[in-house]
Amino acid sequence: MTRFLPLDIRLALACLPLLAAGGATAAGATYGQVLPERSTLTFVSKQMGVAVDGRFRQFATTLTFDPARPAQGSARFELDMASIDAGSKDANDEVVGKAWFDVRTHPRATFVSSSVKALGGDRYEVAGTLTIKGRALPVTAPFTFRQEGGNAVFAGHFPLRRLDFGIGEGIWSDTSVVANDVQIRFHIVAAPRK
Amino acid sequence: MSGQRYTRTAIALHWLMALLILGLLGVGLTMTALPLSPFKLQVYSWHKWAGVSAFLLVCLRLAWRLGHRPPALPPGMPGWQRHAAHGLHHLLYLLMFAIPLTGWLMSSAKGFQTVWFGVLPLPDLLPRDEALGDLLKRVHAGLNYGLIALLAAHVGAALKHHWIDRDDILVRILPWRGRR
Ligand code: HEM
Ligand code: HEM
Repeated sequence: MTRFLPLDIRLALACLPLLAAGGATAAGATYGQVLPERSTLTFVSKQMGVAVDGRFRQFATTLTFDPARPAQGSARFELDMASIDAGSKDANDEVVGKAWFDVRTHPRATFVSSSVKALGGDRYEVAGTLTIKGRALPVTAPFTFRQEGGNAVFAGHFPLRRLDFGIGEGIWSDTSVVANDVQIRFHIVAAPRK
Repeated sequence: MSGQRYTRTAIALHWLMALLILGLLGVGLTMTALPLSPFKLQVYSWHKWAGVSAFLLVCLRLAWRLGHRPPALPPGMPGWQRHAAHGLHHLLYLLMFAIPLTGWLMSSAKGFQTVWFGVLPLPDLLPRDEALGDLLKRVHAGLNYGLIALLAAHVGAALKHHWIDRDDILVRILPWRGRR
């Protein structure tokens, strides 16, 4: 049924002027109650050309999003860097260290949105500042918005270059072994705001 | 009996695989002790690529072997030695399959897919499961220690035939023709 949602939303948008009078849109609610146990933040890195999955076990998300007024949406992520799972125990022990995330000095990474815009259909784009290891850089990430059982599902991914943030310094800056590009994927489930 | 040699194909496969497997054993035993570094990740990949190559070669070798009997053993050889030789060769073939297979399964379970020479991805036969990965790692290592013990017997027997029994067992699988 999700296949039909884009159409739904497009219809809703087309009818917006009509519906606005009634004060309701098909999409309806403002979402803001994030359900952490159903949300995931994962990443895919490449080692010697082989994709390796990782994830963050602990991260806090606050967001507000109303599909009728996407531009007013905002999101903030706060990642507990010690909760990283980089694919194996050896890797986990390694990446908390100085050359990688230097978790002792930088226990948290954040993303703070500055703007959200609609791209058409169920697609949107969020722009903001990503801060990892004390380095703040602008990023933009396209995402999709779907309604599922009364909740909103925000899903998207964007690439980042790890070396831009000093992730994997020294011997690890050799990108022929661990690639520079890392895909970040988010899947956030949120209930309507009460 | 004398003058009966292994065919050129059998000889080539035997020594190509012997070199490859001895190399894999050496690399396998040293690489695990390396400190984590890009070099270690590289060596692991090379080990996996070479290990998969060994697996493909043993498939070829066995397919070929099923259609080609090796030369008969010398008639004077005691029955127990024949049985031991056959048993040992069977075990060696078995391990040449089982070791790369467990390596591949271990890599799947550990969540590191095997991509042959960085080009051809092998399917992950197992889902990621750390406990299973650790178990398979121990199985892979255990089978390797078994292989080393069997090879000691294998090489020891070959040298005994050559220097003590003074028969042509070793010479008939050597790439060059020795005098005997
Ligand atoms: C005939 C082929 C192979 C031989 C002789 C061989 C031999 C070895 C040896 C001796 C070790 C060290 C064991 C230890 O002491 O812990 C090892 C480790 C390892 N092998 Fe193999 N191997 C073969 C094939 C493969 C294949 C095909 C793969 C994967 C596709 C593989 C993956 C690994 C891995 C990942 C380790 C390290 C385990 C760890 O993290 O400690 N091997 N191998
Ligand atoms: C990784 C190393 C090796 C493996 C896996 C291996 C495996 C085998 C196998 C499976 C056979 C039986 C071939 C057949 O009849 O189908 C064989 C034969 C033989 N191997 Fe090896 N081998 C290895 C290394 C060596 C080395 C280093 C030597 C020499 C010192 C050697 C000497 C021989 C000899 C003399 C035969 C012939 C036995 C006969 O005539 O029945 N092998 N080997």
